[in-house]
Amino acid sequence: MSGAGKQIILGAYFPGVNHDTVWSDPASGSHIDFASFTHWARTAERGTLDLLFLAEGLRLRDRGGAIFDQDVVGRPDTFTVLASLAAVTSRIGLAGTINTTFNEPYELARQFATLDHLSGGRAAWNVVTSSDPDTGENFRRGGYLDHSQRYERASETLAAVRALWDSWSADAVVADKASGRFLRDEQVGEFAFEGSQFDIAGRFTTPRTPQGHPVILQAGESPAGRDFAAANADAIFSRYRKFYQARDFYRDVKARVLKAGRDPGEVKILPSASVVLGDTAAEAQDRHAYIRDRQFDPYTAIVLAEMMWNRDLSSYDPDGPIPDVPPTPEAPKWIRGRAPLTQDAHATVREWRELAELDNLSLRQVVAKVFDRAVFVGTPTQVAGEIDHFVQQDACDGFILGSHVSPSGLDEVVDKVIPLLRERGAFRTEYQGTTLRGHLGLAR
Amino acid sequence: MSAHSFHNSPGPLSLSVALDGAGWHPAAWRTPNARPDQLFTPGYWAGLVALAERGLLDFVTIEDALGLQSGDHLAEPGRRTDQVRGRLDAALIAAFVAPLTRHIGLIPTITTTHTEPFHIAKAVATLDHNSKGRAGWRVQVSARADEAAHFGRRELPVLRRSDLGSRGANRVVAELFGEAADAVEAVRRLWDSWEDDAEIRDASTNRFIDRDKLNYVNFIGAQFTVRGPSTTPRPPQGQPIVAALAHDRVPFALAASSADVVFVTPHHANEAHAILAKISAAEAEVGRTGAPLRITADLVVLLDDTQAGADARLRDLNRLAGAQPRSDAEIVATTPRALADLIEQWRHAGLLHGFRLRPAVLPDDLHAVVEGLVPELQRRGLFRTSYPEETLRERLGLPRPASRYAKLANAGLERA
Repeated sequence: MSGAGKQIILGAYFPGVNHDTVWSDPASGSHIDFASFTHWARTAERGTLDLLFLAEGLRLRDRGGAIFDQDVVGRPDTFTVLASLAAVTSRIGLAGTINTTFNEPYELARQFATLDHLSGGRAAWNVVTSSDPDTGENFRRGGYLDHSQRYERASETLAAVRALWDSWSADAVVADKASGRFLRDEQVGEFAFEGSQFDIAGRFTTPRTPQGHPVILQAGESPAGRDFAAANADAIFSRYRKFYQARDFYRDVKARVLKAGRDPGEVKILPSASVVLGDTAAEAQDRHAYIRDRQFDPYTAIVLAEMMWNRDLSSYDPDGPIPDVPPTPEAPKWIRGRAPLTQDAHATVREWRELAELDNLSLRQVVAKVFDRAVFVGTPTQVAGEIDHFVQQDACDGFILGSHVSPSGLDEVVDKVIPLLRERGAFRTEYQGTTLRGHLGLAR
Repeated sequence: MSAHSFHNSPGPLSLSVALDGAGWHPAAWRTPNARPDQLFTPGYWAGLVALAERGLLDFVTIEDALGLQSGDHLAEPGRRTDQVRGRLDAALIAAFVAPLTRHIGLIPTITTTHTEPFHIAKAVATLDHNSKGRAGWRVQVSARADEAAHFGRRELPVLRRSDLGSRGANRVVAELFGEAADAVEAVRRLWDSWEDDAEIRDASTNRFIDRDKLNYVNFIGAQFTVRGPSTTPRPPQGQPIVAALAHDRVPFALAASSADVVFVTPHHANEAHAILAKISAAEAEVGRTGAPLRITADLVVLLDDTQAGADARLRDLNRLAGAQPRSDAEIVATTPRALADLIEQWRHAGLLHGFRLRPAVLPDDLHAVVEGLVPELQRRGLFRTSYPEETLRERLGLPRPASRYAKLANAGLERA
């Protein structure tokens, strides 16, 4: 088979707080018990995947002031779960989504540095921004950050965190019992950072980590977000799953990486994708239809439409036409605690109307089409072929994989698809190194 | 009600250890069995906590701070290069050892001065989930100006030991401890914000949760507000254990209002008795309800098979350090048997719930606790011979509280 082509990068996201987790499935387990995370992590490590990926939310979602009750609600703390997972795994990367708006650089630097020490060099940070005043209700400063400053805050946070990670050189701890010298010199840990968001200085607590710098992931989609990622990230988590969209995104971002003065190979692009398998193509399609029907039940279809319209659409029939009212993006938020799903509500609603007219689809059918995360539906052979195709044709460098059910949804992907990718020579048969940077082919 | 009536029986002996770097003596890292090059590795911490669990100890605490060690909790780190400097985040060390242990309680130190109560609440709740009910939180304030400068969000004056008691220092201390009490209150409300049976997974009504059992906590304090609910469901213990180290009136009040366990530093049996009286007074003053504080005496322990051996070890350590170390807690250099005698005497004099031992040297003095002191106490019938309880709360004799927001069963009917 190919063999000489690109090596695929694969991660796994934990299916949790989203409409696409089908908690009513009989196979669905706890989203809180650590046993679920252990099962998921060990499965991924058995499949020699590159990394585990946890999302984050810092307030519960609500709709018109009432807390969401139809989806999975609640999640454990990201850092805590990753540190516990470090104890039950040995090679796989541990990536956490952590917000730069409601955390301070000194804490972030020591938490990720600690995770990197405890895992022997497997920590990664998915840097996200927020300027959401509703989330601010849970934090000291409230909704203090103007939307336009969110990337300024993010890039200063990252620069400050990197300065902290660099404040201990690799040989700072001498620990020579005979001479009584513990630290190499009096300056160990010194740092200073000044910017529009921070003016901080002092000495950092935590020695240089196995990776030096934990891996940085980012997920920006706006032009500002893409530029931030191109300048700062080691890997980009994207939502572009259709082949041509994915390839356009890949080209656009790699061009931005080059413009930022970096080697495009240094930045890996990893869309999230859900996999639905069957013994035959027809069986996979049937399963997909069944899952979609549950993911996009009538109520969820309305709620997802409301994300776009930013207004109450409960009087509309989900199985009827697209609501005949315009979106009101300027109104107070109808749904809170969920990252916006559109940059331009008017344009999105126009696209939905066109989609509905083109194929004569109901609102619910449009929602299912637009939000379906399942990129790969088919037999293991088909899915392995498609994953490889995306990567070899430069639509991405790999995927962050998930499914509609946790924690066991990853099992069949690892058992059935991974062996085929290995046979194609496109995916490792065993871990070569011990650090995430090593797995991803990134310099220390 | 007399001040002592809360504390009329100390119950079963509680024994725990405080883990910090290479041990509590500043020269500990230079001793033959010390592993100073391993202090920042996972294996080091996993090994220590496993050893403590072998000794059937109630819990371990893990020290932490948002600045380098200084040898004085008020002072900046200074320029010394001859002592251990550097730390890993204690809450994450606890999270790491949680799946590697089964019984022992895990109580990391988390500072309230610069951190977000919302993050603390979900981190400790998750530690409790991941350890199946063994989590705690040792509350700590930071009065160090250099730590404040690491965050750049608030200015703290440089306080010196000689300033303590002045009006300016008292104002700062009152503010920091008031904020700590607020942080504990906000965190406790967040732990309760999900009632126990909030997750219903009712497919027939398409509801994953009963949203009436999720509660806004609406905490409003002088330094922060928190709306809630938490993003993490109620932890197995309901309320993980809150502990505080206290030496004086203001921290005694914090412990009395906010903690389950207080660590105190008597230097002899009579002082243990005096501290008990002060804590009882603090409990009365803040109007504490529910279980009385578990009063736990801190001792720095340095053990040897003979008294002469223990004396020699301490002398050697002091010589290596270049000075007699300053310690808030009594330094006890003795044999396991004599330490067991001391524990028996002080416990009755002070009606102490137990002792938190600070090993002078790691792992040596932890070994001596587990292999010398514990068997001695067991021989005397003073200490457990197995772990019968599931959770840390149970081990400390504390009931699992209902969520403060839980409605009575018939209240729901009235609403309907």
